[in-house]
Amino acid sequence: MPDGTPHSVIDKDGLDALISVLTGHGRTVIGPTVRDGAIVLAEVCGGDELPYGWGVELEAGHYRLKRREDGAAFAHSAGPQSWKTFLHPQRVREWSAERRADGELVMAEDDTPPPSYAFLGVRPCDLRAIAVQDRVLTGGPYADRAYRGRREGAFLVAVECTEPGATCFCVSMGTGPAVDDGYDLALTEVIDDQGHRFLVRVGSAEGEAVLAELPCRFADAATETAARERVAEAVGRMGRTMPPVDLQVLMRETLQAERWNDVAARCLTCGNCTMVCPTCFCTTAEEVTDLTGDHAERWRRWESCFDLEFTHLQGGPVRASSRSRYRQWCTHKLGTWYDQFGSSGCVGCGRCIVWCPVGIDIVEEAHALNDERAAASEQAAS
Amino acid sequence: MTADTDRPAGRPKLAVWKFASCDGCQLTLLDCEDELLGIADKLQISYFLEASSAPGPGPYDLSLVEGSVTTQQDIERIRHIREVSRRLVTIGACATAGGVQALRNYADVAEFRAAVYARPDYIQTLETSTPISAHVPVDFELRGCPIDRGQLIEVITAYLVGRAPDVPEHSVCFECKRRGTVCVIVAHGTPCLGPVTHAGCGALCPAYGRGCYGCFGPSNSTNFPAFIPLLRRDGMNTLDVVRVLRTYNTAAPEFEAASRKELRG
Repeated sequence: MPDGTPHSVIDKDGLDALISVLTGHGRTVIGPTVRDGAIVLAEVCGGDELPYGWGVELEAGHYRLKRREDGAAFAHSAGPQSWKTFLHPQRVREWSAERRADGELVMAEDDTPPPSYAFLGVRPCDLRAIAVQDRVLTGGPYADRAYRGRREGAFLVAVECTEPGATCFCVSMGTGPAVDDGYDLALTEVIDDQGHRFLVRVGSAEGEAVLAELPCRFADAATETAARERVAEAVGRMGRTMPPVDLQVLMRETLQAERWNDVAARCLTCGNCTMVCPTCFCTTAEEVTDLTGDHAERWRRWESCFDLEFTHLQGGPVRASSRSRYRQWCTHKLGTWYDQFGSSGCVGCGRCIVWCPVGIDIVEEAHALNDERAAASEQAAS
Repeated sequence: MTADTDRPAGRPKLAVWKFASCDGCQLTLLDCEDELLGIADKLQISYFLEASSAPGPGPYDLSLVEGSVTTQQDIERIRHIREVSRRLVTIGACATAGGVQALRNYADVAEFRAAVYARPDYIQTLETSTPISAHVPVDFELRGCPIDRGQLIEVITAYLVGRAPDVPEHSVCFECKRRGTVCVIVAHGTPCLGPVTHAGCGALCPAYGRGCYGCFGPSNSTNFPAFIPLLRRDGMNTLDVVRVLRTYNTAAPEFEAASRKELRG
């Protein structure tokens, strides 16, 4: 469908209408909005809650909002949360059990109906991240039915990236700044002397039906060209670039690198990188009982490979050193994810760089590992 | 509350003990309003002076111990309590790390005594404030100043069904991120002890835009050499750093080592 339907254009009132139409369809619309000094993802009830006129200043371990003169709504890159906050929530009940008066145990799987979400402003990197989590959580024989329910019920409005941040590297990971598929509607924001508008592409039948309810017009050539140019320009403005090598091989060949000691000395093992990562999916089981002992529940909550308890087995944690924990995370993300799930676990959104309190930069680490490998092979050759 | 005689016999006996402390942690038990009747149904609250002036005799199945050891009598008393308790759980920063009163560990106690009391000669006290675990074996330590009500109920509930309590030892950052709080360090440049502090409070302070001040003590995986430069970057000088580490958990080994290192320069 992406190439079959003519493109359309909506104005800001069309964006307002998009929110109200989706809300009218019974969906909870989640989109970017300014809160607590950041552009967060939260329920939005109207277009006026979108971050018009806000951009972000990003660096390793640094995030600040900044005003923009152009009034753009989507000129910001990845914020403190990702869509996994909604699709793979931090804590969900899996089942509960009751002990009846006669002593019989009755177990019930949690059958809370999935929420009906519409995600507004999904960046290309995040669209890929959702696809990665789809493979992890619903691929294979142990599919997570609750995740699938939330995922299949979600309406995705992607917004192409025209303003990459200083910590972005989606081009290196092949995930942006343009979107190709996996959306219901895809927008590209264009602001020039002809006005503030959004090029709209349709990606699904439902997307087409929603668009039909909006005040829109056929795309004119000028808007098409401007949108294409702005996305193309974004390619050249990535703040970061991964080393141009096979990262899976790089990870495999640098397991004993000295660099892991260097990064371990800086790492706080606080777990922030995994919590903000849009693809990190690990959870732990939480057993809940009440005082009577007659009611028990199992919950699942986010866990992290940086937590000592994550690998706690009889005798202690398997990955006791911070070196082993950072290496596990990094090599999984960039390397062994391919072996396990057939793709990279990193989409280049840069969140782990920004939200690391001490600013550890996965791109810088990859370059350092590549340099160390090159130096070692040079030495071996001489 | 119904009379204790109306409740099932043979319930495990609970005792609550106080050492040097403010009583806030043991009062957390009384704050368990919705659960208090359930707790009293399952445990015979045998010794709890804040709740009843009629203490019952030991031995006790579960002893909750609040406060730190600051006198010779305390040392004798905690040994006795250990002897009459099947399971001993310390509650709060005082019992677990020595409390804010462990600031005396770095000072001249005689000088403090003379400054505070009209008749210092009436006061007999040790030179140090130490955690319960420095004197007797402890089965479980619950962190916090004060402890978290939900975690206290979890410890009691887990005890009743014979499982390990679910009390994660990782950083407060886990709780901030799970709660969806914007990081005050990264987004605001606010000094925050979250990355080195034990979870349990639900990341309360950052949720209100304040930095964590470490009232649950160190997490199980700290890296102070990498962390302290962040506090300095965000405006703290040596004295500020030492002060933020020297509060309720000042004598927790990781906090103490870090503050001493700062003072050595």
